Amino acid sequence: MGDSPVTDVERIKAASRNLRGTLLESLEDPLTGAISETDTQLSKFHGIYQQDDRDVRNERKRQKLEPAYSFMIRARIPGGLLTTSQWLALDRIAREYANDSIRLTTRQAVQFHGVIKRNLKQTIADINRAALDTLAACGDVNRNVMSPPLPAWSQVHRQVQRYAEDLSAHLTPASGAYHEIWLDGEKLLSTEEEIEPIYGATYLPRKFKAAFVVPPQNDVDVFAQDLGFIAIVEDGEIAGFNVTVGGGMGMTHGDTATYPRLGDVLGFCRSEEVLAVAEAVVTAQRDFGDRTNRKHARLKYTIDDRGLDGFREEVERRSGVSLDTPRRFVFVANGDAYGWQRDDAGAWHYTMFVQNGRVSDVGDRRLLSGLRALASRHTCELRLTPNQNLIVSRVVDGDRDAIDGTLREFGIENEAHATNLRLNSMACVGFPTCGLAMAESERYLPDLIDELDARLAELGLEDAAITTRMTGCANGCARPYIAEIGLVGKAPGRYTLFLGGGFAGERIGYPLLDNADETEILDALTPLFARYANERTEGEHFGDFVVRAGVVPEISHGSEIRAG
Amino acid sequence: MSQPAVGAMPLDTDQSKRLQHAVAGLSPAQLQWVSGYAAGLAATQGEPLHAGIAAAPTADRQLTVLFGSQTGNGEGVAERLVATARSRGFAARAISLAEFKPSALRREKLVTFVVSTHGDGDPPDDADLFHEYLMSARAGTLESLRYSVLALGDSSYVNFCQTGREFDARLAELGAERFEPLVECDLDFDSLAAAWSGRVVDQLEALIGEAPVAAATHLHAVQSPPVHGRDSPFRAEVLTNQKITGGGSSKDVRHIELSLEGSGLRYEPGDALAVIAENPPQLVDELLQTLSFDGAETVSVDDEPMQLRTALASKLEITVLSLGFLRAWADHGNNDRLRSLLSGDDRQAITDFVTTHQVIDVVRRIPEHVEPQAFIDMLRKLAPRSYSIASSPNANPDEVHLTVAAVRYEAFGRPHWGVASTYLADRVAEGEHVQVFVEKNPRFRLPAPDVPIVMIGPGTGVAPFRAFVEERAEHGAPGDNWLFFGDRNFSFDFLYQLEWQRHLKQGNLRRLDVAFSRDQREKVYVQDLMRRHGGELWRWIDSGAAIYVCGDATNMAGDVENALLDVIAKHGGFDRDGAEAHLKELRRAKRYQRDVY
Repeated sequence: MGDSPVTDVERIKAASRNLRGTLLESLEDPLTGAISETDTQLSKFHGIYQQDDRDVRNERKRQKLEPAYSFMIRARIPGGLLTTSQWLALDRIAREYANDSIRLTTRQAVQFHGVIKRNLKQTIADINRAALDTLAACGDVNRNVMSPPLPAWSQVHRQVQRYAEDLSAHLTPASGAYHEIWLDGEKLLSTEEEIEPIYGATYLPRKFKAAFVVPPQNDVDVFAQDLGFIAIVEDGEIAGFNVTVGGGMGMTHGDTATYPRLGDVLGFCRSEEVLAVAEAVVTAQRDFGDRTNRKHARLKYTIDDRGLDGFREEVERRSGVSLDTPRRFVFVANGDAYGWQRDDAGAWHYTMFVQNGRVSDVGDRRLLSGLRALASRHTCELRLTPNQNLIVSRVVDGDRDAIDGTLREFGIENEAHATNLRLNSMACVGFPTCGLAMAESERYLPDLIDELDARLAELGLEDAAITTRMTGCANGCARPYIAEIGLVGKAPGRYTLFLGGGFAGERIGYPLLDNADETEILDALTPLFARYANERTEGEHFGDFVVRAGVVPEISHGSEIRAG
Repeated sequence: MSQPAVGAMPLDTDQSKRLQHAVAGLSPAQLQWVSGYAAGLAATQGEPLHAGIAAAPTADRQLTVLFGSQTGNGEGVAERLVATARSRGFAARAISLAEFKPSALRREKLVTFVVSTHGDGDPPDDADLFHEYLMSARAGTLESLRYSVLALGDSSYVNFCQTGREFDARLAELGAERFEPLVECDLDFDSLAAAWSGRVVDQLEALIGEAPVAAATHLHAVQSPPVHGRDSPFRAEVLTNQKITGGGSSKDVRHIELSLEGSGLRYEPGDALAVIAENPPQLVDELLQTLSFDGAETVSVDDEPMQLRTALASKLEITVLSLGFLRAWADHGNNDRLRSLLSGDDRQAITDFVTTHQVIDVVRRIPEHVEPQAFIDMLRKLAPRSYSIASSPNANPDEVHLTVAAVRYEAFGRPHWGVASTYLADRVAEGEHVQVFVEKNPRFRLPAPDVPIVMIGPGTGVAPFRAFVEERAEHGAPGDNWLFFGDRNFSFDFLYQLEWQRHLKQGNLRRLDVAFSRDQREKVYVQDLMRRHGGELWRWIDSGAAIYVCGDATNMAGDVENALLDVIAKHGGFDRDGAEAHLKELRRAKRYQRDVY
C-alpha cells in the first residue's frame, strides 16, 4: 500500500492552493453550466456539489445539450440550531435560487438543490449574510458537527451545543479561499504563507464526521460517526465524555473490502480535553489514513488496520491527554420524540415530522409556507434533528395554542400524515439530482411505507415503531445499515435488504436479500411481521426480534458483511 | 512488377510529384470529381482493382478499440489493449463510445468493444446513443467489419453483461464477423480481460495481413449517378428527427439527418438543401370546410387533373399569402375594402396585411363563394423551401443535416404553421422519405484552409457554421475559427452545445462567444458581443479573417452589420464612410459573406 500512488483527488487537493483551484475561472465560463472537473472536487470543500437532473440526462444528450447542471449547496449548522430570521433567509433563498424546497439532512444541515451556476455566488453570499456558511459542509474535512437537538435537560444540552460549536469552529479550514471566491474577499498574492494548521495542504484522506450525544437518546447515531462524544451526566452536570472513534456507514456494492462500521469507545476524557482529543484524532487520521484508495480512506479502516489500542496510544501521545476507562451509558432509541415535549426549565418544544426532510409545499401540506409563517409569527428557535425532522424550540407556555393553530392552518401537524412506521423512516435524496443514486430513494420510500403500513395494520401492528431507512446507493447517507429495516439501492427498483439493526443504532443489520424488488421485499417482510406480532416479547423491537428468532445472524463488526 | 507491399504508396516518386502538381489548388468539390474520374478510368480499363492498391491508408489497417463504461474500468482495459498492440508494432487507437460517431462504424474494418452494463441491463451513459444506433435499422450492414466484444458486468445483477451480449449478437446479425468470442467479465475482470486482449493481439497479424478491399462503396457512388435536381428531386430517407432545444424552451428546433445514399447528390459547406414539403392536413381540411368544398372535386393544376384535396395538400401554396391571390380574391368578390387597401398608397399597410395573414385568414375574414377551379387558379404553386445545410459531406458521408425551427403560432384565433418546418418536424418520421435537391450557394464558401474565419450565426443561423467547422476539422485546416452564437436561454437553446464544446476541446474552434438574451435583465445579442470583443475582432479582420453571417435578415443582419462597422471604425481608425468602404472592400474580396433570409 505504501508504494501505491495517491488518488487523483489527493493530487487535486495538493495542487489546489488551499482549495482555490480554478473555481473563479469555472464560474465565469459562459459555455457550460458546469465547473471544471477538478473544481468539482474542490467545490465540495466549499459546501457545493455539482449535480445534474438525471431525469433528463439522456434526453438532453440526444438534444446535443450538456446535462442540465445545477448545484446542491449545503449550509453548515452546528447542532442544527437556527433563529427564526435565519430560517426566513433560507426560505427566501429556496424560493429565489433553488427549487422551492429546503432539504433537511441527516446531519442537521440544510441543502438547496437546483441552483444554477450563474446564481451560485449570490446564493452563497446570501447564506453568509444570514450568519451561516457552507464551508466544510462537504469534502475531506470535518463536516457539520452534530448535537442533540431536543434540550430535555436545558443546562446540559446548552453546554453540549456549545461544545459542538467550539469543535466546529476549531476544525474549520483556515484557508481564505472561501472568502476570496464567494464573498469577494481580498485575494492573497501568494498562498505559500497561508497555513492550514490542523489539516495541512492536502486536508484529510476522506470525509470526517463528528457528533455529540446525551444518553439515553442516541438521536445523532453516535456510532455512525468517525468521532463521537457521549456526554456522561452525573448529578445534572457534565462529568466528561466517552470518546468514540471509527464509525462510518459507506460501503461499495461488490467490494468486500468495504463495510459499514460502528464506532468503538476509545476512553473517557474531561470536558476541557475535548478539543485536544478531537484534534489528535483528526491529525492521526490525517497522517495515517489511506490516501491511495478512497474506498479505504475513512478513519474506520485506519483503526481496523492499526488496531484500536495502537490508535489510542497515538491519540494520547498527540493530545497529551491520558484517556480514562469509559463510563457506563445506556441508549434506548435513535429516533426523535414527536409532538410537544417540556424541558426541565419549563420551555416547550414541538418535534415536527418532515417526511424525508423535504420542506416544500405539496398539495394541502404546505410545509415551506407553514414554516415561513411560523418563523414570522412566533417567538421560538428552530432546531434540525438528525432524523431530518424539525423542532419548534423554546416556546413559552402561552404560545402553544397559537403554534398549533399555525401548524393546522398549513396542514403540517404530525397527526395529519404519519403512522409510527413513517415517523421512524428516513430516506436520502437519491434521484433525480444525486449523482451517486442507483435507485429511487426519497421519491419512493413514502409509497413503500404505505405498503408496509397496510400489512402491519392487518396484523394489528399499526403502532409498531420500526426504523426503516432507504438510500439510493451504498454510501449510506440515511444510515440504512443500522436501521431495523435498511434498504440500499442497487439498480432502478432493486435494493439490498438489511434486517436486524438496533433500534438505538447500536447494531448493524444483516443483508438478507440482494437485488430485491418491491414484491420480493414485501414477500420477505410480511411473514416476519406476522411472526413478530405473535412471538415478540414485551417491548421487544423488531430488529432485536429478528436476531433473537434467528432470522438473521447478529452482526458484531461490519466487516462480517460480505454480501454486495 | 512485384506486388507492392501492403499499404505502401503505389506510385513512384515521379508519378507522385506529377499527381500532386495536377491536383494543387483544386477545391474539395473538384478533388472529389477527380477521384471519381480516376475511379471511372480504372473501371473502364476492366482490370480488377488490386487489393494492395485499393486498400485505404492506415485507417483501415489499424485496430480500433471502442469503450464505454460508467467507471474508468472500460477505458483502462481499452488503453492496455492499445498499448499491447502498439508494443507489438500494430497501429491501434482507443475511442470512447461517447466520442465515436456511430455511423462511422461502417467505415471500420477491425474493432473490439469493451463495454459495461449498468443498472438493470442498461448500457452505460457513454454508450447509450451508440447502443441505440446499433440496435436500430440505421446501423445498416457491416459485412466488412470484424470484431470482438469484452463485456464488463456485475453478476449480482439479473441482466449480467447484457449490453456486451447485445453488441455481440447484433453485430453478427448485421453481417460482421466475430473473430474472437464474446468474453463476459465479472467485477474481478482483470485476468479475463488480459487474456482476451492477448488473444486479440495474437490475431492481429493474420487479421491485418489480409485486409479486405476498401473504399468499394466510394467507388460505386461515382458510377453514372442519376442527376437529382429541382425537376427530379431525390427521395431521401429521414435518418434522424431530433428536437435539440431543451424541455423548457420556447422554441422547437429540430436536427434533421437525411440519407443521400445512392443519390449522387453532392454538396459543399455553405450550400442549401431544398425540401419539397406538403401542407398541414389540418389546414387543408379547414380550408375545404371554410369554402364548403368536399375535397373530392376534380381540378386541374398545370393541365394535370387531380383531386382538389391533393392539389391543396401538395401542389399549391396555401400558407404564405401572395399579392396576386389577394387581388384575385378582391376582384372575385368585388370587395371594395380589400381593393382600396391594395390600390392605396400605404405600402406598409399592404405589407403588414400580407405578412400577418395566411390564405385561410383571408377566406375566413372575407368569405366569398368560389368554384374549386377558380380558387385553385388564384393560388401560387407550392415552392420548395431551402435550408442552409448543417453538415460537412466529408464528415458525414452520404448524409445531409438540417437545423429547422418549427414555426407554429396562434393568430386570429387559430393555429398557424410554417409549411416545411412543421412538415419536417411533425409530419415525416424517421424511416420515411422527403423529396430534396441541392441548391448551390457559391457566394457562401469557406476560404483557403489557412485563412481564419469569424462566423456569426444566432439561432438556426448557426447551421452552415456547423458544416464549416466540421469540414475544417475533417481536413485539419490550420485557419482559426471563431463563432458568435446567440439565442434566448442558455439552458435550453444552446444549439449543438455538446458539439461546440467538443470542437473547442479538440482545437477545431478557437473561440466561441455566446449571448443568451433572456438570461439576465438586460438583453444581450451577438452584436453586443462583437462590440464587447471589438479589439480582438478587428485584429482578426486586420490579419485577413473572412467574416460570415447567417440567419435572420429582418433585424439581425442589419444589427450585425452595424456592429461590424462600429468595430472597424473604432478599432481600425476609420470614420463611418471609411468603415463602410472597408466593409465593401471586404465584400468584394469575398471576405464578408452573408446567407440571410
